[in-house]
Amino acid sequence: MTQDAAENKSSIGSSVKKALAKAGITRLIIFTFFIVLCIMADAAGISVPSMLGFTVKRAGMYGVMALAMLPAIQCGIGLNLGMTLGVLAGLVSTLLCIEYGLTGWPAFLFSAILGSVIALPVGYLYGKLLNKLKGSEMTVSTYVGFSIVSLLCVGWMLFPFKNNALTYALGPGLRPTHNMNTSYGALLNNFMAFRIGKMTIPTGMVAFFLLCCFGMWLFSRSKTGTAMIAAGSNPRFAEAAGINVDQMRMIGTILSTVIAAVGIVVYQQGYGFLQLYQAPRQMGFIAASAILIGGASVTKAKVSHVIIGVTLFQGLLTLGIQVANKYVPGGGMAEAFRIIISNGIILYALATSGGASRE
Amino acid sequence: MNKTGKSFHFGTWLRDNAVMLTFVLLTIAAIPLSAMKLTTIFFELASRISRNAFLILALILPIVAGMGINFAITIGAMGAQIALLLTLNWQIPGFSGIATAAAMTVPLAGFFGYLVGKLLNRMKGQEMIGSMILGYFANGLYQVLFLFVFGQLIPIANRDLTILGGKTGISNTLDLNKGVYAVKGGLDNLWKLPFGDALYIASGVVLFFMLITMIDMSRIPFLKKSKLAQPDDNAILVEDKSIAYKLKRRLPIAIIFIAACAVYQIPVVAQQFMMVRVPMVTAICIALLGLFNVVIMRTRLGQRFRAVGQSQTVANAAGINVNRTRLIAIILSTIFAGWGQLIYLQSLGIMQTYAAHESIGLYAGAAILVGGATIVRATNGQAILGCVLFHVLFVVAPKVGVNVFGDAAIGEFFRVFVSFGVIALALVLHGLRNRPYKPRDLRNEAGIPAAPKPAK
Repeated sequence: MTQDAAENKSSIGSSVKKALAKAGITRLIIFTFFIVLCIMADAAGISVPSMLGFTVKRAGMYGVMALAMLPAIQCGIGLNLGMTLGVLAGLVSTLLCIEYGLTGWPAFLFSAILGSVIALPVGYLYGKLLNKLKGSEMTVSTYVGFSIVSLLCVGWMLFPFKNNALTYALGPGLRPTHNMNTSYGALLNNFMAFRIGKMTIPTGMVAFFLLCCFGMWLFSRSKTGTAMIAAGSNPRFAEAAGINVDQMRMIGTILSTVIAAVGIVVYQQGYGFLQLYQAPRQMGFIAASAILIGGASVTKAKVSHVIIGVTLFQGLLTLGIQVANKYVPGGGMAEAFRIIISNGIILYALATSGGASRE
Repeated sequence: MNKTGKSFHFGTWLRDNAVMLTFVLLTIAAIPLSAMKLTTIFFELASRISRNAFLILALILPIVAGMGINFAITIGAMGAQIALLLTLNWQIPGFSGIATAAAMTVPLAGFFGYLVGKLLNRMKGQEMIGSMILGYFANGLYQVLFLFVFGQLIPIANRDLTILGGKTGISNTLDLNKGVYAVKGGLDNLWKLPFGDALYIASGVVLFFMLITMIDMSRIPFLKKSKLAQPDDNAILVEDKSIAYKLKRRLPIAIIFIAACAVYQIPVVAQQFMMVRVPMVTAICIALLGLFNVVIMRTRLGQRFRAVGQSQTVANAAGINVNRTRLIAIILSTIFAGWGQLIYLQSLGIMQTYAAHESIGLYAGAAILVGGATIVRATNGQAILGCVLFHVLFVVAPKVGVNVFGDAAIGEFFRVFVSFGVIALALVLHGLRNRPYKPRDLRNEAGIPAAPKPAK
């Protein structure tokens, strides 16, 4: 954001521009767009309060996954589009939870904890790899993520799961979509949920998300956290100050992978379904867009960026889909809308902070 | 990197070609497992190679210019599909339809390429991820265009192309072999030959050109000096132009062609190719693009591509406009990709309106890497070899899935994994080899001392 301020040309508008830069240009544009969508939705006869209720629900669903981007950006590996590795760990643990027929809280805790345990060694190896490929982390992590997702597509066909709820009746392989109602679907959502008019607030899920955010905030205040952020924002300086940069990057990467594993578990309980095969591929992109909309860059991020970003992004999608469907017949427009916003914001972040200016 | 001793050279060679060799082994293992007849494989392969080779060759210029694999070739394909839709709407059939679409692709894809290049110049060092996300982003705009703009804002008169008279946009699938506007085979069906005849013609042409190029080029009047790169012409790589050098480089190619003709004389071998009919016009288009890739490297522009690819700092110091050079490489690549997509579509005879372009960047990129290219170096030969190897696996993978695991879907998932895996592997190997990453290496190459540690 300091670069934005430095680019000011006119002295008259500079204070206005400074104020704008502080609020974040992208954030302001998206926020304005969000308000416009609210007005359009109201004009089209869509109930805005119930849409806001959906927004809160979806923000809670995607929130923890977006939070997984935070330690990655802070430790200096940039947008961790390969956080799908953690997502896959969470998928495996949930599959095992359904296989064993667990229900309720034990099911949720089992999935979240086992997912984290699987994510630990995965994140360790992944971090080792990224430490050897400094400077091209984003490209490599994206393709590593993509290849593991497709490798596991083969895996889902071959893994020896026995439970009839999971497998096809005929032929090998797991079904692509699984209902979570038998295990831990909507568990957090319904925990102390209440209604205000047409808005339903999923208290448990929102509380869990905020708790995770608070945990990350505490961590960033700790000695290790401070060192990690220093290593990410200026590796040379950190090295000179006696911080082990590689180790800090490892911590950030492992943390990101573990949070992603918990994130997908929270997502599944909120969404009510578990999706296999190609579905996890886009998760990294959705999380990256959310934190960027919140005001993060590929080198700097805060907890507040996650909370603001995920709410704005999901609000935009929830309302955008409804409005698009109202004004343009056919379902494709809503999907196009999502693609444009999600990838547009990542491109913007790359163009403003990538390349030569990063030197 | 270079170590002394013959045995070490072999080790280096093994490591440098790890991706390609792994793939060759994979292919060799997969063919018997698929239990497919060679005649079927060759038949499938011939159509797949003629369909895809052009797209793969379109990747070479950006690689030479140091921009990695241009995944934004999907955007060129989108331009071609817009052009093709208009052609179908105007009901221009056959070759003239394809020619019209190809002509319209130039301004469309050229303009898109310009925008892509402008953006990639702001993402130096991140071009590959940038071009990939740009492809996704453009796909969103493309969907808006085909779902909403065409049919509603831009009227489409040909009712076969739209759903509900254009109210919800263009149909999911366009049949290119239907009605008076059929463009299927617009290029392929112009001139087809059995494999043997095509092989003889190709060998003849190659040998003929080799003889011609043995002559000193600068003696040909209209190519005198002006167009050809001079040794001192901000060239970082000066090519050896002696006859002996040329002979040494070209002899292997000549031997391959002669050997291929000789082997083809064996009846058993010839029999395996009996179903193959080569679309000659398409093959000529592919050959022309390959020739273009070679010839342009002999010009000043080509030298600039190479100089920029080697080191932007040095190129800049030598007075080359780095950004403009990169822009030209991307524009050319995008236009070629558009043409490549037209070749692909006219051969397939069907256009999946919303999906036909989506994964071409992935498959073309994976194919060229399989052929032994890296993200900083690529040749025509590697592109063609990669095309062959990659598509052998594509042909046999579903059958292997059925025979080994009892399900074709496994084979299909496996080949998607291979595509992504090959790219990931190539990126990792490149990163391990060139530590620290390229942009930071420039100071070294330019002989500039490393920047002092920033004081804070």
